[in-house]
Amino acid sequence: MTTHSTITHELPAGPVVKGKLSRDDIIMRACMGVIALYLVLTLAFPLYTMLSKSFSIYRVDLSQYEFQVSNENGQFDGTIVTGAELNAKTGVYTATDLSTSADGRIAVTKFFPDFSFRSPVLYQIRNAVPGGRFLVGSTLHNDTNWLELNSNDFRRVQLRPVKSTGLANFVNYFSTPALFNSIKNSIWISVLSTIVTVSLAFWFAYALNRSCMRFKGIFRLIAMAPILVPSLLPGIALVYLFGNQGMLRELLFGHSIYGPIGIVIGSIFFTFPHAFLIISTALAISDSRLYEAATSLRATPWRTFWTVTIPGARYGLISAAFVVFNLVITDFGLPKVIGGQFNVLAVDIYKQVIGQQNFEMGAVVSVVLVIPAILAFAIDRMVQSKQVASLSARSVPYQPSPNAKMDRIFFAYCTLVGVFIVGLLAVCQFAALIKFWPYDLSFSLNNYQFDKMDGGGWSSYFNSIKLGLLTAVAGTCIVFFGAYLVEKSNGFKTGRALFQMLAMLPMAIPGMVLGLAYIFFFNNPSNPLSVIYGTMAILVICSVTHFYTVSHLTAVTALKQMDREFESVSASLKQPTLKLFSRVTVPVCLPSVLDISIYLFVNAMTTVSAVVFLYSPSTTLASIAVLNMDDAGDIAPAAAMGMMIFYTNAAARIIHLIASRGILKRTQAWRSR
Amino acid sequence: MVLLPGKAKFKDIPVNQSNPSGAVYLCIEDLWKSFGSFVALKDISLNIYESEFVCFLGPSGCGKTTLLRAIAGLDLQTMGAVLQDGKDISNLPPSERDFGIVFQSYALFPNLTIEKNIAFGLENTGRSKSETAARVAELLELVGLSDQSRKYPAQLSGGQQQRIALARAIATKPGLLLLDEPLSALDAKVRVHLRHEIKELQRKLGVTTVMVTHDQEEALSMADRIVVMNHGVIEQVGTPTEIYREPASLFVADFIGEMNQLKATAAAHDSVSIGDASLKSQTHTFASGDTIIAAIRPEDVIPHAHEASSSDAPGLQDAQENTFEVMIAEMEYLGSFWRCRLQNAGFGDTELIADFSINAVRRLNLSENSTMLVELPQDRLMAFDYVEAP
Repeated sequence: MTTHSTITHELPAGPVVKGKLSRDDIIMRACMGVIALYLVLTLAFPLYTMLSKSFSIYRVDLSQYEFQVSNENGQFDGTIVTGAELNAKTGVYTATDLSTSADGRIAVTKFFPDFSFRSPVLYQIRNAVPGGRFLVGSTLHNDTNWLELNSNDFRRVQLRPVKSTGLANFVNYFSTPALFNSIKNSIWISVLSTIVTVSLAFWFAYALNRSCMRFKGIFRLIAMAPILVPSLLPGIALVYLFGNQGMLRELLFGHSIYGPIGIVIGSIFFTFPHAFLIISTALAISDSRLYEAATSLRATPWRTFWTVTIPGARYGLISAAFVVFNLVITDFGLPKVIGGQFNVLAVDIYKQVIGQQNFEMGAVVSVVLVIPAILAFAIDRMVQSKQVASLSARSVPYQPSPNAKMDRIFFAYCTLVGVFIVGLLAVCQFAALIKFWPYDLSFSLNNYQFDKMDGGGWSSYFNSIKLGLLTAVAGTCIVFFGAYLVEKSNGFKTGRALFQMLAMLPMAIPGMVLGLAYIFFFNNPSNPLSVIYGTMAILVICSVTHFYTVSHLTAVTALKQMDREFESVSASLKQPTLKLFSRVTVPVCLPSVLDISIYLFVNAMTTVSAVVFLYSPSTTLASIAVLNMDDAGDIAPAAAMGMMIFYTNAAARIIHLIASRGILKRTQAWRSR
Repeated sequence: MVLLPGKAKFKDIPVNQSNPSGAVYLCIEDLWKSFGSFVALKDISLNIYESEFVCFLGPSGCGKTTLLRAIAGLDLQTMGAVLQDGKDISNLPPSERDFGIVFQSYALFPNLTIEKNIAFGLENTGRSKSETAARVAELLELVGLSDQSRKYPAQLSGGQQQRIALARAIATKPGLLLLDEPLSALDAKVRVHLRHEIKELQRKLGVTTVMVTHDQEEALSMADRIVVMNHGVIEQVGTPTEIYREPASLFVADFIGEMNQLKATAAAHDSVSIGDASLKSQTHTFASGDTIIAAIRPEDVIPHAHEASSSDAPGLQDAQENTFEVMIAEMEYLGSFWRCRLQNAGFGDTELIADFSINAVRRLNLSENSTMLVELPQDRLMAFDYVEAP
């Protein structure tokens, strides 16, 4: 009946079927290209510009200039001296003076000790090699012709640096202890804050998930409150509590709050909600069957804790630790307010750029800061991808059982943490409402007269709201549509992988670095995009890009829960994919879309780091105003503005909650059976 | 991997032998599909005729869904051609092909009512609103869910959702209906009921239909023709009867229904030796002395009244042709019949499984640990390549 016959199991050589693209495929790829281009222009190019800036060296090469000096009668004897020879003779400029920045200028009259702008002596100057540069007034000369000048004009000659590429900026950085000490400072501050925050947040999350104590809802709200304020606000509260005229100064036993102590306490405050959220999620998914097994094996609660609870939550703990580390090391506002003489990397960038106008060194510090941030980010992503794998659909959620004694202990603990969080906020509100701490404690609204202070006044506040709304609307559209395209389009694997990478990148880039990169890229007159520099647009773009990753991940998670075959069905019914997107995808994902928009709004309201380099007098922001008023010594108005941000964000949250309930009720009737 | 005699054998069978109506509607030519180094479909050629109901049947990972998705254009084949209604559609995107599809998950749009789900494909097709409404009403009537039109998918049962997905797929009157495991998400009772309904609907509409399933009962009861697949190749194409009665390979024989597999030696072109007994079998092409598998279905084993035995030990000595004595090791009552495990020294460790009717058991007074005579009829005894048991 049969014999075994050989069949080839290898794919034969020959042309592979190339699919024809449908109109939808082309539209989707084009749209994806546009959004990818957006990310390239607002992220990849600026970062690249910044990186290349950190390797750019500007040096005045004196040997490239030649001079001739006439006698009193204006006659030249033909003697030619180079700038280098003159400098060797006079010793006017040191090597450090000659290593300058892109804007560096060196005057030449100092080479001639008997120079007087009234003397009849004539001077000739030229570039010895083509490409040399010097200015007479504002006229640039870069040819090699001799230029004869009288002494009055010669006074206006300035030598310009030439650009080269190399590691000199980094060498300079690492040979300046004042600068590289910041690395050590930043790291140990971040490590310490991480350890304390994660421990505190773990027990707080444990109490909320695993005990039967009361008022869990309120504690959850309190734990999330710090997310609504700029990171520098706890710094202001700490100044009031422990500063030189602080209410509780004695508690520090003579130590100063200005420095590491203040930074760590403030960092615990503003990173607490992030750690709490992650750990709480990890604890919430624990499987009660494991606890039943442990009980049936007569394990002690202590042993169960270490063999079941901690291993179950370990990915959450690790992830929380790296997130907190990243937040602290990249934070700028808090150490700016309360860091005192204690230098950290993020503030160094600001000082180099704003204080010393040394953009190249700012770029170098940025590169240094990006390294730990990227490392922390990469480890966090790796850990999170593992956590997903440990979830099982058959897990039974753990139900805590009452234990009067433990519940009381947890309640006391949570109250302590709650008092810490609410306390710092209350101190700020209190400071904002009294006339003049500590001398006149009468109630007053004077501190709300922002128009009388530095920082842009009330218009900064309204600018911030405008920025928040624009970021929320534009960001949500770009992010969600981008995520849809990358998740649901066909083929084009390399392109989609590249897009994913671009979308993940912003998370790893500290705000200060992004802001500085924007200066380099957008403040370049030869860049046609420079028209947006100094406008609200660049602030919106910067904020959208800065907070892109978390929004993107939220969108991707929501989209992954959509049936993968919706697009196939729609194509088989010959309906455009964009119709499916608007009729089905967006309505079904509406809760996530709203989550993304409130996330973007709140963050745009509170962010300081990226926008501190980019605001202009017409686009001052509330969070920047807090910084600037604090800087100017108007601490009470700074606290008042900080609390305005808090109330605005809280109100936005409440409106978001009500709006999403309302919209969900109307559009999501299908969810109920 | 166990190498099974595959498609080469099926090529010997004239493809049009069970052609129900004549015209080829869908033609698949030398189709290959690879995912990286893994080759999921190997040189598949297949004709599907107009108005035919064809099932792709095979274990998971055999490539049946891959083949369906290639036909739909959802995952393009690496090589080879697909022709629909005489037109080469090999590289067309799904939106430019002519088919309706029902997925295992149904993929109903959760935020649209039943009506709007069905109307989704009718919009922007030049139909007026009233025409669309009429068509939707007609389809709802067809699947018997007219009263549910305003509900959302989540408010319907699994079976009802399935029917809505079907109505949506046929709304635009596509030339080809593709069903990707449409019943596997349902519970057993509903599944049996819907099998019948889908088949009825298909017959009524006359739409050429391809269904992917791993459930042999489903395939046997619904399909005009079954394409049995394994490891990316077609093992056999044929009507349900052909597939069941004349399996082209041991894989098909084993995958569909129950099959006794006894290690044997080929003898003459129409006989095999099991142990030291020589049995007449269907004609085969093995050389005398080849190790083979002799196969017979449990229900094809014929029980005979026990005659006074000439020898005490049960052996394969045949009194009548292909008849010998066995010991009943175990009897299992399965409602409509008895499944008996029969032992004989000639089988070695393998037991011969036989299904006897209630009637026969009563008539022959069969009981465990007794001996009986069974016949393996020549036309039901098949010979296959020997493969090590996996």
